[in-house]
Amino acid sequence: MKTRVLGLVALTAVVAVTLVALFVVPPDRNQGDAQRIMYPHVASAWLAYLSFGVTALAGIGWLWKRDLRLDAVAHAAAEIGVMFTAFAIWGGMMWGRPIWGVFWQWEDPRLTTTALLLALYVGYLLLRRLTDDPERRATRAAIVGIVAAIDIPIVHFSVEWWRGLHQTATIGSPDRVLNPAAPGIFVGTLFGTLAAFTLTWLYLMIRRYQLARAELAREEARRIDVLMSARTAEVAR
Amino acid sequence: MTDAGYVLAAYAVIIGGLALYTGTLWRRLRSARRRDDEAR
Repeated sequence: MKTRVLGLVALTAVVAVTLVALFVVPPDRNQGDAQRIMYPHVASAWLAYLSFGVTALAGIGWLWKRDLRLDAVAHAAAEIGVMFTAFAIWGGMMWGRPIWGVFWQWEDPRLTTTALLLALYVGYLLLRRLTDDPERRATRAAIVGIVAAIDIPIVHFSVEWWRGLHQTATIGSPDRVLNPAAPGIFVGTLFGTLAAFTLTWLYLMIRRYQLARAELAREEARRIDVLMSARTAEVAR
Repeated sequence: MTDAGYVLAAYAVIIGGLALYTGTLWRRLRSARRRDDEAR
C-alpha cells in the first residue's frame, strides 16, 4: 500500500515537473528551447550514478554477508541504472545536436566514458545470465559491479580532467548550489526534476527488488524439485 | 529539425521509456506472483 502511494506521488511529481519544464520555464537566453532537455538529462545522469553506486555497495555487502537479498538489490539497481544511463545518453544527444551541431563525438571524454558505463552494466546484466547457481552468480556480479563502479567518478570528473564538447558539471560545488548563477526558476525546476525522478527511482527499485526476490524464490523451488526428483528416482532404484 | 522537435524527442523517449519500463515491471511482477500462488 505504501509503495503504491509512493508510485502515485512519483507519477504526479514527474508529470508536474515535466509540464513546468516544458511550458512554464522561459527559454534560455543562449540555448533557447533546447535547454529544456537539461532537466531530465541531468536527473537521468544522477540516477545512473546512484544506481551503479548502489550496485557496487550491495555487491560489497554480498561478499561480506553472503545474503542473497543484497544481490537482489544490486541486480535491481543495475537494471534500472542501465535504463537511466540510456536516457541520459539519449537526452544528451538530443540536446547536443542543436547546440553543438552533432549528436555524438567519440573524442569527448564525458560522452565516451558514459558509453563505456552503459556497456559495463549491460555486460553486468549479461554476466548474470551465465549461471543458474545464485551464489556463484552473486559473487561474479559483485566483483564486476565493484570494478565497473570505478567508471562513475571518471564519468563525473571527465569534464574537469580533460577538454571536450561537454560543459562542466551542472551542479559542481556546494557553494554553486547555494548561490546559483542561473535564475531561481531554472534551478528550482532542475531540483524539482531531480526530486521527482529520484522518487520514481525509489519506487522502481522497490518493485524491481520484489521481482528479483520472487525470481530467486522460484529458482530455489525449481532446484528443490530437481533434487526431490533425483532422490525419488534413487529410492525407486 | 527545430529545437522544439529535439525537446519533444528527448522527453518522449525519457518519459515514455519510464512509463514503458514501469508497465513491463508490473506485468513481470504480477506474473511472478501468480506463478508463486499456483506453486503453493
